[in-house]
This record gives sequence, structure tokens and C-alpha cells, in this order.
Amino acid sequence: MEKFVTITSNITPLAIEDIDTDQIIPARFLKATTREGFGDNLFRDWRYDEQNNPKKDFVLNNSDYAGSRILVAGKNFGCGSSREHAAWAITDAGFKVVVSSFFADIFKNNALNNGLLPVQVSQQFLNTVFEKVQADKNIKLNVDLEKQKIEIVGHNVSESFEINDYKKTCLINGYDDIDYLLSIKDKIEAYEKGSKYLSLVK
Amino acid sequence: MAAKTLFDKVWDAHVVTEIKGGPSVLYIDKHLVHEVTSPQAFAGLEKRGISLFRLQNTLATADHNVPTKDQHLPIKEALSRQQVEKLSENCDKFGVTLYGLGHPYQGIVHVIGPELGVTLPGMTMVCGDSHTSTHGAFGSIAFGIGTSEVEQVMATQCLMQSKPKTMKIEINGKLGKGVVSKDIILYIISKISAAGGTGYFVEFAGSAIRSLSMEARMTICNMSIEMGARGGMIAPDETTFEYIKGREFAPKGAKFDEAVAYWKTLFSDEDAKFDQVLTYKAEDIEPMITYGTNPGMGIKVSGHIPAETEIDAASRLSFKKSLEYMDFQPGASLIGKQVNYVFIGSCTNSRIEDLRMVAEFVKGKKKAANINAYVIPGSKQVEKQAIAEGIDKVLAEAGFELREPGCSACLGMNEDKVPKGEYCVSTSNRNFEGRQGPGARTLLASPLTAAAVAVSGKIVDVRDFNLN
Repeated sequence: MEKFVTITSNITPLAIEDIDTDQIIPARFLKATTREGFGDNLFRDWRYDEQNNPKKDFVLNNSDYAGSRILVAGKNFGCGSSREHAAWAITDAGFKVVVSSFFADIFKNNALNNGLLPVQVSQQFLNTVFEKVQADKNIKLNVDLEKQKIEIVGHNVSESFEINDYKKTCLINGYDDIDYLLSIKDKIEAYEKGSKYLSLVK
Repeated sequence: MAAKTLFDKVWDAHVVTEIKGGPSVLYIDKHLVHEVTSPQAFAGLEKRGISLFRLQNTLATADHNVPTKDQHLPIKEALSRQQVEKLSENCDKFGVTLYGLGHPYQGIVHVIGPELGVTLPGMTMVCGDSHTSTHGAFGSIAFGIGTSEVEQVMATQCLMQSKPKTMKIEINGKLGKGVVSKDIILYIISKISAAGGTGYFVEFAGSAIRSLSMEARMTICNMSIEMGARGGMIAPDETTFEYIKGREFAPKGAKFDEAVAYWKTLFSDEDAKFDQVLTYKAEDIEPMITYGTNPGMGIKVSGHIPAETEIDAASRLSFKKSLEYMDFQPGASLIGKQVNYVFIGSCTNSRIEDLRMVAEFVKGKKKAANINAYVIPGSKQVEKQAIAEGIDKVLAEAGFELREPGCSACLGMNEDKVPKGEYCVSTSNRNFEGRQGPGARTLLASPLTAAAVAVSGKIVDVRDFNLN
């Protein structure tokens, strides 16, 4: 996993609530057997019409927001299916951070496992970001994982965000859970010897 | 000893070790695998040059991509075929038991676990599918995971997990005429929203829950993910033990008795503390239907879509967008609205009890001419039993066709799709935009309501029919 560093970027605003993973990457695009290439179909049905022409009014097709590495979305982002393809599509499209006032659990885990930082902010902060970006499409956010701080650059509006210490360390160092788990195999085997459930099905 | 919730008891029994200031390492008793979320995980193992840590804890099936007709022939759609073939290849290579197409145990992953006696009380269970929450109906901790986590479990039989908060949802009283378990869960989600359970693991309790069959309990736990909960569970009881007894992989003889003795300890202690408790009356629940594009947007079928003023200011944009997609008006009633598709199936409502409920209702009736109906059993075993009971004939006489098992029109991954702009009353769990095919418009309801819609050709209140 790539190490996470502090990021300053313009944003892609998506002021819609309850964005589910079927919107992020529709089911018909889940047939690949590798992790790459999902970015082309990110928000496919919101982004393209049936003839595969980009829809002009969708934010990802708006050149004002091009090159952005921070996606800002409404409450309850990533609800629905457990498909990690949603996190892969977002990272494949170049995003490193998703900001929302609320994330669905499985999506949050999937994001963290792929070096994509979910930053949960207050509804008020989120509303401020949406207001500011309406006035100035070029506003930038700065996300500092070390300090756990998110700031609207030049507007003196900031907030701190929560992240589990362990996950923070993993992201900063580019660690992977599996490496850790493999290193405690003896503990896992010792657990199995005393497991009530395993003794019942033996 | 401190009082514990059911969740605490099962969780505590599975903690291998805890990381200071971080997650717990949770041991996973059963890992279910399907074709969509596993290929990248198998590839990850290969890349690391390691094998599966515990083959006997792992079970695979193909469900999302499979056709529901002519399953003996190769899958027509190339990418679907490749993904199903990739699963077979991977299972062969790594030695994983696979109930693939053609196997008498094949079916939707969340249907076959319980019916084979693989799902048992007190276990931890995961699958790369959000509806793994279904298995919580047995008093197990079961939840959906992403592909990186699938790889973790394959490699180590463990998951790094932070302990969620606990919520108890109690439903007391007696269900009214025409109200079934699907209505209970749609009612709860309409009350607390699609995000109301986020961060929690939910225990469903109360007399109305206790009175339900295992199939009905599974429907409720299946949709606990639709309120954002990590999972849902129900304490095991005699109904649970009776269901498990004699199933293929369940403990037998003295082992079964020993297991029951343990399972009987799995309940929330009377003074156990939950982070949140919600209580509802069964009498307040009516047949439900959704009008919008998330499962929280549900109403009594006899009710009205909310007016815009009833929606929070912050949610209004999403509400409007949702109604625009569905082509519904705020404040409108859905009764009498023509729909052309009905889908009875999915991991929510494709069990034998669901098919019996539908067959009993449609017996002697005919499907409306405008209705295209999909009736899809959840597994080969459900299909076999439906045929043995003559359900296929009852359905055929009413103009329905019992097809072969799979996820079918729940999601747009296989051949069964709802065309753009069409309305579908569906017993599945998600009414998201494009879920049943690009532009499809889904209304979630119970199998009973879906059957009534199928014979009426439009949305109706099932209580207007004679019900036994």
C-alpha cells in the first residue's frame, strides 16, 4: 500500500446524500478479476448517457474540478454493497481522500485498506465546503493525517477528524493488516485449540 | 461477572488478541466465498505465495453472475462466464469446497449456509457480500467484508475489527393481517433511515421476533445492513435448534446435544447494557412498500409519499432527485399505480417459506397480463423442495414460472434485468438507482405484497384480498 502524505487539492463536490456503492460502481462493471481500471466506470450512470457520451452537468465531467484528489460528498457515503470495487474505482480515478459527514462502515474499512482516507467532518463543516465551492470552484482543502486536521485553505475554516490510531499508523507507513496477522500465527493456532465453536464441529 | 449482551458473548469468545488503541484480532469460524469479491483475494494469496490458512472453514458457491435458465449450458455472457470459471479455477487450485453450477447444493450464498447446517449459533461468519448479516438470525456474528478482508481471512482465518456499539430493537405484540417479516424490517428502516444503524451491531428482540420462523428471522437480519448496521442478530431458541437439527453439516447425536447446551447460554443477560434501545409495537406495522431510491424511503402501502416539507432541509435535494428518478410526486399515493415487473427471489426472500407464501396466495388466481414475473428459488435445494411440494405447478397455473436459483434480478450482474424506466415490485433488499438494471425503478415489498401486485398488475394493499 502507498504511504499517505498530507494532501492539498481542489475538490470535487457531490452534494448528494446516501450515495450507495451501486452508484459509485454499478454491478455490471464488477466482472473484472483484477483491481485495476475501475476508475473509467466511476459513477458510470451519473457520468455518461446511454450512448457513452459524458453528461455535461455531472461534476466529474466539469473541467473546473479536473485533477482534484479530494471527493466531497453528502451524508452516508458508500452505503449498500460491500464491493471493494467502489474504493478501487475512486482511487483509480486519482482520489486520495473522501470527505463526508457520515460514512457507511464497510466502505470506510475498504477505503482504509486501499490507502484512501475517509475524513468524517461535521454537517456544518460539510455545508461550509459546499457553500464555498459554489462561490469559488478553485477552493482547496488541506488534509493533514498526522495532525488529524482538515482545513479550507485561505478561509481559516478547519476541523479535526477522528481516525483509529492503528489505522493511522498503517496509512502513514503503508502497512498492510495481513503482514501483521501472518506474524501472529502462533497466537491464532493457540486460540483454535481452546475454541468452543471449533470443538463442537470437529 | 458483568452482564453481557448476546453480541458481547459471541465477540468475546472470538478475540484472539487485541491491539492497544486499535482493533481486535477476531477469529472467523466460517468464510463464505462467491465469484464477485474473491478473484482479487485469491490473486493476492498467489502473489504472497501462501495457501489458505483453514480450508475446512471455507465454502464457495457461484450466485451473482449465474443465469436462471439453462444452467446446464455454458453462461452466455462472456465476462460473467469468465468470473464463474475463475472461481472454479481458484477453488481447484487452493482446494476450496465449491458448490458451483450443477451441484445439488448450489445457490445464493446466504440461502445455502443456513439450509446446509453450516450456519450455527455462536459462530463468527463473514463473506465478501453485505448481506452476510442474514446469518445473524441464528445468533451468530455475521457481517459483510471487502475483498482485502476476504484475503485477510483466507490468509489467516482472522480479521482486524474494531468492536461496534450495540443496539437492541425490540418489537412486541402480534402482527396484523397481511403483515410479514419483510414489512417489519422495512418499517424499522423507514423509522431510523438507511444510516440509522451505522456503527452498531443490532440485536432484534421482543415477542413479535420470537414468534417468527427461521426464514422470517433471516429476512430481518438480511436487511439490517440496509439501516447501515454492521449486522443484526437474534438469540437462538427452540425454533433455531429445531431448524438446525438433522441438517447436512450440523452437529449430530451427542455433539448436537452438547451444542444445544452451549447455544442456550447465548442470550443477552437481563441487565446487559446496550448503547441504544428502540422499541416498536407489532400492531403499528402495516404492509410496507418503498417509493424512493434507498431502503429507508418506505411507507405503508396504504399511505402517501411524504411532502417535501416533511423532509429535512439537508436531505431535500436527495429526496427530489430520488422522486425524479422514480417519476413519483411528493404527497402521492402509490395504490393503483401500474407496474409491469414483479421479482420474487434474492437472499432476502427466496426461501421455501417465501415460495409457499406466494403459491398459497396465487393458487386459483392468474397473473395480470401486463406483469412480467420472475420467481427465483434461492438454492437448488429450495427448487427441489418447491417441485416436490407442487409449488411449481401452482405457479405455472397462475402464469408464473419457477426458474433456476441465483441472485437473479436483485442486481444487474446476470441476464435477469428490469428495463429502463419500468417499475418492479421486488422482494429483494435494494431499490438503488440502476440496481436491477440501468434506469430500472424498484419498489421493495414483501413476497405477499409482490404476489398481490402480480395478480393485480398494479400496486394494491394485500389486505384487500381474502387471506387465510
